[in-house]
Parts: sequence; structure tokens; C-alpha cells
Amino acid sequence: MSVSTEDGIELTGVTKRFVTPTGSTMTAIRDVNLRVGAGRFCAVVGPTGCGKSTTLTLTAGLERASAGQVRVFGKPVDGITPNAGFVFQTDALMPWKSVLDNVALGPKFRGMATRDALAEARRWLGVVGLAGFEDHYPHQLSGGMRKRVSLAAALINKPRLLLMDEPFSALDVQTRAIMTNELLRLWEQTRPSVLFVTHDLEEAISMADLVVVMTAGPATVKAVYEIDLPRPRGAVQDIRFTPRFLELYRQIWESLREEVERTYALSAAATAQRAAS
Amino acid sequence: MSDAPITPRGGPAQAFEVEDPLAVAARRRVRNYKRTVRAGQIGTFIVIVAGWQLLTHFKILDPFFAGSPWGIVLRLADWAVHGTAYGSLWLQIWVTMEEALLGFAAGVISGVVMGVLLGEIPLLADILGPYIKMVNALPRIVLGSIFVIWLGLGLPSKVMLAAVLVFFVVFFNAFQGVRSVDRNLVANARILGASRLQVVWHVVVPSATTWIIASLHVALGFSIIGAIVGEFLGAQKGLGLVIATAQNNFDTNGVFGAMLIIGLIAVSAEGLMSIAERRLLAWRPPAASETSQAGL
Ligand SMILES: Nc1ncnc2c1ncn2[C@@H]1O[C@H](COP(=O)(O)OP(=O)(O)OP(=O)(O)O)[C@@H](O)[C@H]1O
Ligand SMILES: [Mg+2]
Repeated sequence: MSVSTEDGIELTGVTKRFVTPTGSTMTAIRDVNLRVGAGRFCAVVGPTGCGKSTTLTLTAGLERASAGQVRVFGKPVDGITPNAGFVFQTDALMPWKSVLDNVALGPKFRGMATRDALAEARRWLGVVGLAGFEDHYPHQLSGGMRKRVSLAAALINKPRLLLMDEPFSALDVQTRAIMTNELLRLWEQTRPSVLFVTHDLEEAISMADLVVVMTAGPATVKAVYEIDLPRPRGAVQDIRFTPRFLELYRQIWESLREEVERTYALSAAATAQRAAS
Repeated sequence: MSDAPITPRGGPAQAFEVEDPLAVAARRRVRNYKRTVRAGQIGTFIVIVAGWQLLTHFKILDPFFAGSPWGIVLRLADWAVHGTAYGSLWLQIWVTMEEALLGFAAGVISGVVMGVLLGEIPLLADILGPYIKMVNALPRIVLGSIFVIWLGLGLPSKVMLAAVLVFFVVFFNAFQGVRSVDRNLVANARILGASRLQVVWHVVVPSATTWIIASLHVALGFSIIGAIVGEFLGAQKGLGLVIATAQNNFDTNGVFGAMLIIGLIAVSAEGLMSIAERRLLAWRPPAASETSQAGL
């Protein structure tokens, strides 16, 4: 494993508890230990509802950890993490702003002149393949197009830390492949540290340096797999058929499957209990 | 594909240019429906006015108490030509409109500012909350009496009353709008580097705008009510005073005539408001029930 964790992401014994509307607390993640070196691409997989999004919001500084410490770029997270980009799981575009204005928000907030911000936004819309849609409102785009706008809006700030929560889940297979390659190409240019949540194990392995498997909720890190596939990866569609990829896939899937099955068993038991009472 | 415009309805624009018989039939159906509605509206008007006129003409209804359409027309014509007891009719209309508009503006601005402030600062909301609820629970019309005592018979007391009525409507909506901002959007803006003020300006205010605008229709009506009631309570000019005088003289036609003028003012203001609303909310997807909304 890489030793230079100095400037990356470092979660030490992180626990997050939420107060539920009924007043009780529920633990979303418990005792998570995770190190992602600077410039490394880390994919996070785990059963649904286990706490992956929570891990990202803690890293972004949007929520405080209940216990443990989150450090980014060597500094404890206190308030919003600077130099971060976040692609949210759900739509987070401003519905009252045009696509162009949405993408230009980041640079504008960071003090760039409006003209330059708009020019930059135009360029990024080209990168994600949405040239010509500048004046549309988000509701006039398809779900996949909106996701690409979110991606451009996050990348335009050239973040050193990139947090992505299932950014490609709304895309069709072809667009997904294109965007995956595009993202990898961009990542290789500026090399931010990445936390990339996905349900697609193939996607995780083909893109990442590290794949983190989380347990059924409340999640903790179950295992971290080092992906030693060579870089640049090139077309991720081709790499999926190499023997090493298949080997890694089998290994990680075995580990992940246990957790998915446990989650399913737990929720089935909870349902049965509720039905009984 | 990149420069094919997407119409707000989602379909490519060209698709509608081909004369599809189905589309033509659908359009004709819509046109016929609209024509029927219009005819029905005119018919209703004629039935009511003619019925009213006939009933009073044949003394089935006492014209002294019920007035009559023709009487109203004569009364309005008289006012227009000879003026009212307090100066020309146009002056009365202008005075009332001025009071209502100033009150509306003051109420909307203060309501939005307070709503956003209290929505953004929960501590302030918790401290001031009980007092605001208390004032709101008062029958606010009685405040008019106080304003007349404080500010006299002129314009300020009416503006104040209208502003207070408008304020509460707008305030509660703005507050609710701020409170129901999508937290995801706020989180996104903060990650993108927005300061607290930028979050308020770029996220909170626009998203509360839908709520605020919804309140403006009611607020507009309230501003006119405020001005009229204020004039009722004590004034030297204005439509409210004209009505009060007509009432004292048992001039039913005069009361109805002034009411008609107020109604026309309210309807035209409402129309302007709808235009402004469409401008401000252009980003919204077309409502699912557009046709039924248009009617009301
Ligand atoms: N603000 C909150 N208040 C209360 N509970 C929360 C909150 N946010 C998340 N949770 C709970 O924490 C747990 C983990 O949620 P999280 O969104 O992190 O899961 P996830 O792994 O991202 O799931 P998915 O893969 O379905 O997106 C869930 O059980 C959820 O109900
Ligand atoms: Mg999630």
C-alpha cells in the first residue's frame, strides 16, 4: 500500500450517529479507518444503505463525525473541506439557473469574473458533451444529461479532492463507458484524490487504484483491495476481459456478496418482525 | 443533435410543423372548448345583469335597496362628468391606488426581508416567533384605527394598514419558503465555494421565490382591502370614502359603482401580476394541470 498518505484522505476511527425523528439515535457508520493517498483513485462499494454517502459527506465536511477524526490534505476537517468537488447522488443543480449558469457557479463563488466564469463553463460543457445546451434549464434535460452537468460543475473548480456518489448510475451503458473514459482521462491530467461510490463492481475495478468494500450497515471498512492494473488504463471496456481483472473481480465480489446477502437477510428479518408485531 | 432545440414540452420542435391530422383535430378541440367557455362567461354576465335590471324595473326587487345596473351606469357617468363630493373620480381612484401600491411595496419588501432573516437565523425566529404570532392573531383591521390616530387622515395611515396586511401574508410564505429549501442545493453551493451570503442570494432566495410569488396574489388583494378600509375609518379622499358616503346617503348604486371600479382595478392588477409571475418563474416546468389553472 502507498505510504505517502500525507496529503490524501485519512479517516481514523470515524463513527457517525444520526438522531432519528423518533428521538433515538442510529449509527450510520462505525469505526471507519481508511487511508487514500494523494492523487489516488479510491472506489467504495458496499450494500445499499450501509453508509457510503455518509462517508462522503463527512469527508466533504458537510457533517461532523460523532467520533474519530477525518483529515484531508493533512488537516483535520473543520467546516467545508476546501478544494473539494462533490457530485451528489441526487440532483443538486439549481433548477432556476440555466445549464451554463449552473456550471459557472463554482468559479463565480471563488471570485472569478462573470465573463471568464461563463467562458470556462462553456468549455466544460463541451468536455461533457453538452455543447449547445447552455441555455436549457435542468428540467429540460434528461437524467443522464443532468448528471453530466453536475460532473462539469464539480470538475470546473479543478478540485484536489473529488467526491463522487454514484455519478454514472443514471447513464445508459454507452454514455457511461464514454464518461468513464473521459473521467479517467481528466483525472490523469490533474490527479486529484478521489472517493468514488458505486454499485457497479466492474466500474470500480476498472477505474480505481483501491477498492474499499464496506460491511452491511452500520458500515465499517471490511477490506481494501489494491488494484494493480497498469495505467493509463485506456478503454475501460477492454480491460474487463484481462485475466487479472477477472481474478480481482472474483475476489472482491466474493467479499461484497456476503455483505449484500447480510443486508438483505437483516432487512427481511426486520420486515418479518414488523409484520409479526 | 446538439443544436436541435428542445421545446419546454420535451419534443423536438419540428415534429409539430408537419400537419398531422391528429394534431389539427386536437387543436380544433381546444379552440372550440375555449370558445364555449367564453360564450358561457358572456352568457352568465348577460343573464345576471338583465335579470337584475328586469327585477328592479318591475319592482320585484326594490331598486332603492338593490340598485340597478342602469342606475349604476348613470351614477358612474355622473361621477365621471361632475366628479364626486371630494373631487374628480379619477383623483379618488388614483389616491386609493397610490395607497394600495405603496402599502403593497412596503409590505412585500419588509415581508421578504424579515422572512429570509428569520428563516436563516433560527435563534431570531425562536425569539420573535411568539410576538409575530400574537400580532398576526389580532384582527388587523383594528390596527387601522390606531394608525389613523397616529398618522392622521392622510395617505400614511392607509399605506401603513395595507402594508401590515400584506406583510404577514408575504412574511409567512417567505419564511416557509426559506425553511423548505432543498438542503442538497445548499450543500452543493457550499462545496462549490459559496459564502453564507452567496448561499442566501443564489440558493435560498430563488427557491423561496416560488412561495413568495404564490403569496403575492393574496397580498395584492389585501393591499386594496387595507387602503379601502383605511379610508373607511377616516380619510379626506379615496374610493373607500366615496363608498362610506354613498352608504350614509343610502345610495346603493353609488356603493355598487365604487365596488365595480375596485373590482376592475383588482382584476387588472391581478393580470399584471400573472405576467410578472410567468417571467420570474420561467424556469419552471409547465404545470401538469395548465388548462384547469388558467380558468381560475
Ligand atoms: N440525515 C440523516 N438522518 C438520519 N439518518 C440518516 C441520515 N443520512 C443517512 N442516514 C441513515 O444512514 C444510513 C446510511 O445512509 P447512506 O446514505 O450513507 O447509505 P448509502 O450507503 O449511501 O446507501 P445507497 O447505496 O443506497 O446510496 C441509512 O440507514 C440512512 O437511513
Ligand atoms: Mg448513497
